[in-house]
Amino acid sequence: MRIPLLAAGALLASLAHTAGAEPPDPADWPAVLAEAEGQTVYWHAWGGDPRINDFIGWVGRELDARHGVRLVHVKLADTADAVTRVIAEASAGRDEGGAVDAIWINGTNFLSMKEQGLLYGPFAQDLPNWVFVDTQANPTVEIDYTTPVEGLGAPWAMFRKVFEYDSARVPEPPRNAAALAEWVRASPGRFTYPQPPDFAGMGFLKQLLIELTDAPEALQRPVDEADYDAVTAPLWGWLDQVTPHLWRAGRAYPQNEPGLGQLLADGEVDIGFSYNPGRVSAAIAGAELPDTARTFVFENGTLGNSSFLSIPYNAANKAGALVLANLILEPAVQARAQNPDVLGFQTVLGMDLLAPEDRARFAALDLGIATLPPDEMGPALLEPHPSWETRLAADWRQRFGLAE
Amino acid sequence: MSPAPELRAATHSPVGPVAFAPGVTVLLLAAPVLAGLAGVVLPAFGWQPVLGGRALTLDPWRTLADWPGLPRAIWLSLSTGFAATAVSLAITLLLTAAWHGTRTFDALMRLLSPLLSVPHAAAAFGLAFLIAPSGWIARIISPWATGWERPPDLLLVNDPAGVALTLGLIAKEVPFLLLMTLAALAQIDSQRSLRVARSMGYGRVAGWAKTVLPAVYRQIRLPVYAVLAYSMSVVDMALILGPTRPPTLAVQVLEWITSPDLANRFNAAAGALLQALLVAGALVFWWLGERVAARLGRRWAEGGARHLRADTVLRPLALFAAGTTALAVLAGLAALALWSVAGLWQFPDPLPRNVNLRTWAGQVPALGRATGETLLIGLVTTLLAITLVIACLEADHRRGRLRRGASWLLPMIYLPLLVPQIAFLPGLQTFALMAGMDSGRVVVIAAHLVFVLPYVFLSLSDPWRAWDRRHAVAAATLGARPSRVLWAVRLPMLLRAALVAAAVGFAVSVAQYLPTLVLGGGRIETLTTEAVALASGANRRVIGVFAVAQMLLPMLGFLLALGLPALVFRNRKGVWA
Repeated sequence: MRIPLLAAGALLASLAHTAGAEPPDPADWPAVLAEAEGQTVYWHAWGGDPRINDFIGWVGRELDARHGVRLVHVKLADTADAVTRVIAEASAGRDEGGAVDAIWINGTNFLSMKEQGLLYGPFAQDLPNWVFVDTQANPTVEIDYTTPVEGLGAPWAMFRKVFEYDSARVPEPPRNAAALAEWVRASPGRFTYPQPPDFAGMGFLKQLLIELTDAPEALQRPVDEADYDAVTAPLWGWLDQVTPHLWRAGRAYPQNEPGLGQLLADGEVDIGFSYNPGRVSAAIAGAELPDTARTFVFENGTLGNSSFLSIPYNAANKAGALVLANLILEPAVQARAQNPDVLGFQTVLGMDLLAPEDRARFAALDLGIATLPPDEMGPALLEPHPSWETRLAADWRQRFGLAE
Repeated sequence: MSPAPELRAATHSPVGPVAFAPGVTVLLLAAPVLAGLAGVVLPAFGWQPVLGGRALTLDPWRTLADWPGLPRAIWLSLSTGFAATAVSLAITLLLTAAWHGTRTFDALMRLLSPLLSVPHAAAAFGLAFLIAPSGWIARIISPWATGWERPPDLLLVNDPAGVALTLGLIAKEVPFLLLMTLAALAQIDSQRSLRVARSMGYGRVAGWAKTVLPAVYRQIRLPVYAVLAYSMSVVDMALILGPTRPPTLAVQVLEWITSPDLANRFNAAAGALLQALLVAGALVFWWLGERVAARLGRRWAEGGARHLRADTVLRPLALFAAGTTALAVLAGLAALALWSVAGLWQFPDPLPRNVNLRTWAGQVPALGRATGETLLIGLVTTLLAITLVIACLEADHRRGRLRRGASWLLPMIYLPLLVPQIAFLPGLQTFALMAGMDSGRVVVIAAHLVFVLPYVFLSLSDPWRAWDRRHAVAAATLGARPSRVLWAVRLPMLLRAALVAAAVGFAVSVAQYLPTLVLGGGRIETLTTEAVALASGANRRVIGVFAVAQMLLPMLGFLLALGLPALVFRNRKGVWA
């Protein structure tokens, strides 16, 4: 019974292949616009934050009004769910007409799809609004975790890691690794970080490593080329010291960044962190945190990364996805995203590249009571080579990830 | 020897159109199940060309074996699974033995049965907020009773031994097993057996255990197996309540499969296969335990001890255990409902400082859209499933036990319950695409059927088989054809069991997240796709909104299942002893 069924499946699969259309050429923008009109774009994007969902809904209405392209936000619990779909389509030989038109993707997922050849492009540099993107001041829009993006993803927001705290409970927050260790010892049970390999937890480890190691330049090259033990010894030393004084004495960790945010809101921890500098202001507005909540960064700087919109190689509505990618780079849309009442995301655009009236939109934004102004954000630290993340995660799991 | 008269009556009549049912069911499910399985087995041995795996190798197993958390993760899956199953079964049986047929029992059932429709994740979020050191109980008793101005640093949720996870599972599985037990009791004259036993001086609990339990347990065995398999492989509850260093095996598989490093999908497949083997092994172990228990139980029953005094301990104990279970889940849900309208709500305030409808107002449009879709898909899937299951069981019955046809293939439909869903899906997805089923409602319904049908089958098949065949003989001697026996005698008598099975199926359909999202290609938006996506943001207010909505739909199903028989048979007193 098994064999005829599979044969039937293969037959159906061969019948299902529709006549292939040429993928759109992003350099010929009028043709892209013409092809996009009437398409429905399925944007697979994390759906865990009602504010982000509302913003994407608004983008959809703009896209329809301006370009006649419908947008459907496919709300994901995890970006990997969209990656799973694309892999299944590729496995089934479905190289055209795929269900995922666009993915909101962050660095590591992006790199995986890029390496497996599952992305369409390059297209980012051909988008008309690319001219406003500040690639000088924001290197993470072109080099993600030390690996070139090569136009396979359009950056649309930048994230910086900021620490979050309640100034009513912590009058003077610790601003470097040594001070943090001191503070944790003095306030046992009031600090923790998401459990690696969660990306926010890894971000914290990398931030510490960059500050503590004697050889920060080694982190920019693959881990094999460095003396791993020597480079990372100070990090493990710091963690060995601090772990007994962590929340739950390090016997449990929050699952991810939202989980850590919840602990801060419940008063279980006093200092948390997130990759969104505008989150605390937005959370105060949403009555999730008291109005005494604030943010700070470490003195030596803070890690940053970008979010991208990528298009799978087999997307059915590539032209529509390109128009979407261009729209979210538009100054008015970027200014809306940066408004803390909406999202509080940091723009990827350069102010000096904008027309005066667009610059004025950004200047008029009140960043919110808890958001640091750009000149207080400190220097942007470079992400280590991705091979470090893999090795650190495995090492952390060996040292701290198993019950004693 | 000629077959017994009732068997002859059944085998001599034409099997009729239902004869095709087992074949059709197996055809409908075999392909997706085999494809899903192939999608696990092949990558587990290194084969997944799209990801560069083009040679069969044992490397994924080596990677799995090298993971230092493996022994502990396996132990956690086994210990939480067995503990949750054994304790839920014990509470269920004890409560039924001690209180069935009383007003207290009916009241408790009314309290417990809606809990069946509560999504696992929502129940877990509610419980976690209830018992956490910064949770509702701590807020209510602080600081006046505890002196806590700040939440204490106590490891209650995510404890390394998995106690919180086990308690959460028990709270969710007791209602399921109780409902199954209730459906089973409808096929047994339990009250009369109990009356006889009691007149002979047996205590209530002991009399029930000695006379009714053997017949009841035979009928709820498959649901118990399902509870064991589910408890061992649960992901959503384990993520919220379970240990993290390491997590259970199922959670670790999820972590690998969602890892940005696509190479991890190979060890994820190996882990998923190991998980399936673990569940299969656990089921065999449980089955052996049943044999032993049966032997010991027979000796105990033959011993004739009356255990009259045991009732004074066991009856309050049963009430306490079941009542605590119900109250814990209900209080957790009440807390979530409160969160859905809460303004700022900080520790140790027992209640939010102010309330508003902002979260609800923001979610209502999505709720409306998603509710219609959820209902449509759930109803169609359930109708298909219950029709197929009844047709299969009826065909099985008409063939009689002596001539088993295609039904030996039927156990295969339980496979989707053994393999963790997330590992099962890629293969299912690839198969659907190869079969030309792109996306949309039809493929989602087909996928739901793969997961709904086993539950409907296991909910209904034991009560169906326990039905007294002499009714069919009586009807046949009055000249009724098999189809008339089915419609006029058997279905009405089994209405409650069928409706409960349908309600279970509907609840399973409503709860499907990944099949809806991934196979639907993102085209289908249900309450659960919305809820799970939003839950990933850990925002209790939004989770509260969707938990309430997600619970109400299946709850309607269960209320119908429990209420409908009473309504239909209001003029036939005594049908439901």
